[in-house]
Amino acid sequence: MPDAAAAKKTKAKAEARVLTGVHFMLGDHACAEGALAAGLDFFGGYPITPSTEIAEHIAVRLPEVGGRFVQMEDELASMAAIIGASAAGARTLTATSGPGFSLMMENIGLAAMMELPCVIANVQRASPSTGLPTMVGQSDILQARWGSHGDYGIIAYCPDSPQECFDLTVRAFNAADQYRVPVFILMDEVVGHMTERVVIPPADELPVFKRKGPRFAPGEQIFYGYAPDEDLVPPIAHAGDGYKVHMTGLTHDERGYPALNADAHDKLVNRLVDKIRLNAADIEMHEEFDTDDADTVVVSFGCTARSAKQAVVQARSEGIKCGMLRLITIWPFPEARIRALIEAGNVKRFIVPEVNLGQLRREVERLTHLPVLRLNHAGGAMPTPDDILELIRS
Amino acid sequence: MSVTEQTIQPAANIHPIDNLLRADRLPHILCPGCGIGTVIHGYAHAIHASDLSEDQHVCVSGIGCSGRAAGYVNVDSYHATHGRALPFALGIAVHNPDLNVTVISGDGDLTAIGGNHLIHAARRNVNLNVICINNFNYGMTGGQVGPTTPIGAKGSTAPKGAVEQPFNLPYLAQATGAIFVARWTVLHVREFQDAVLRCMNKVGFCFIEVLAPCPTSFGRANKIGDGLHEMEIYRQRCRVENGATNIHDLDIDLIDENKSITVGNFVDVDRDPFLV
Repeated sequence: MPDAAAAKKTKAKAEARVLTGVHFMLGDHACAEGALAAGLDFFGGYPITPSTEIAEHIAVRLPEVGGRFVQMEDELASMAAIIGASAAGARTLTATSGPGFSLMMENIGLAAMMELPCVIANVQRASPSTGLPTMVGQSDILQARWGSHGDYGIIAYCPDSPQECFDLTVRAFNAADQYRVPVFILMDEVVGHMTERVVIPPADELPVFKRKGPRFAPGEQIFYGYAPDEDLVPPIAHAGDGYKVHMTGLTHDERGYPALNADAHDKLVNRLVDKIRLNAADIEMHEEFDTDDADTVVVSFGCTARSAKQAVVQARSEGIKCGMLRLITIWPFPEARIRALIEAGNVKRFIVPEVNLGQLRREVERLTHLPVLRLNHAGGAMPTPDDILELIRS
Repeated sequence: MSVTEQTIQPAANIHPIDNLLRADRLPHILCPGCGIGTVIHGYAHAIHASDLSEDQHVCVSGIGCSGRAAGYVNVDSYHATHGRALPFALGIAVHNPDLNVTVISGDGDLTAIGGNHLIHAARRNVNLNVICINNFNYGMTGGQVGPTTPIGAKGSTAPKGAVEQPFNLPYLAQATGAIFVARWTVLHVREFQDAVLRCMNKVGFCFIEVLAPCPTSFGRANKIGDGLHEMEIYRQRCRVENGATNIHDLDIDLIDENKSITVGNFVDVDRDPFLV
């Protein structure tokens, strides 16, 4: 009987974590629910518009299911705290926006260097600096890739709806654990503050990937926490597991000990980049339609993709050979797919609408000599379907 | 066995804290006369004396000479970013309250760049033991002044002497909510070890300032000579006053020979700890 009672309690807790059903839900809340469903243990954050609803929702929900919510003193502390909790084995999240994202950059580098999994939701607002705190932006996408000093690999997902805020947050936790990297959910104010239908599946239908642990008991042999497997990702041991790990932001050897020489540095940093680069085909996600015969391909992401989608459908109905590529992972950038489109020979030009002054366009231009037309707004407003349609017709 | 294959094997684990140090990381990077090794030694002894298993002890450091402490203790140990040891340690302690987390870092790391985290960790009463090694300057970068440099003491960024009022760290820790506050020096080996053990046995935010010589940087700039000379200053001028009530008045003046340095276990109270 005690076993049955315990099993019932565990089941009840699992059910409380995963709100299976159909909801009418805010994007920020869908991100929070995705984190809870994925097994969030620890949230450390600092209030900032337009991400605050994520923290507020988790402050209510996480303690109910046995996790810990801490409102930290700033974003430097928030990022450090979630890395520390991750070192103790927690699935961890923080949520922020532009200025807070900038403050997190140093410790994002620490997470990359220590290879401690964590998830960072950045609900982008119009920037730089304080910018337009309550209004939309998409201008942190290069910062997400390159913001901390040095070379390293990361993963970034760009949801275009509250449903994807849920789905991609679940995926982000799994990817963080699978590759031992910080993973970003690059939302934007429009998607974060949009309320739409969100379907949450039963708990047993959610994808789960657990971190690889040591393959022997503590004390049997020395544990090399930075000796990678074939996928370039090392197994991880947590604080309290008994493996006596050492983790440092200094360049380190496979034992985790400082190794302050150029060869060790070159080897380590190349692996940090390669573990994402060489696994990109497995990580990368995009949505594509009407590209088979298209001479114009619109490349878009996040809220802007919603306008783009409507414009492309309208253009098709007018007989224009137009297709759409929506980036779901912005990092790793779906290079292979764009190169394949170019090599197929039909595409004559790309159009890249975005709420920044050409950050994604630069990535597309890097891959092609074809014209890449821009449609930008610096932030506070997004391109409308008509704006994009006009450019497609041109 | 060829000469290159030879490794130096200790005859046996003859010292009780041998297995608490990462012998494979020796020699360490610390200068002759530096006090940090004594602090690491004291921490290892306190672990040995504690009722907890070694696996329950965790050490977190920030950046700087003192920040290297975590790299030499053979428990799960983390060398975080500059100033961020405390929030990193908070994440560990809050996620797993069974762990006994000790932060060992320097005065610059914990009170300058990490000062905001210090006051908030104390205010929350996070279950952490904080050992703040105060050598009055930034040693690793070559002797710049910091928020603990006594007025008049010289450093490479204050060649004519520091002019800013330094922190009185026990007063700061008490005022912001620490439940245990002590100040010792690396001369007071036993007292320091006992204080660390008391921190380990308390649940909440405990803070120990431990004064340590930095002969290479601070000593040389201030005519203190070698590490032994600074230890002699401690011996002559330290006055033990456990439970001192005038914490606000315990500023340190290393330069004025007539001023005493008050050390002791100053505060030992209890209040509800944070999320344990």
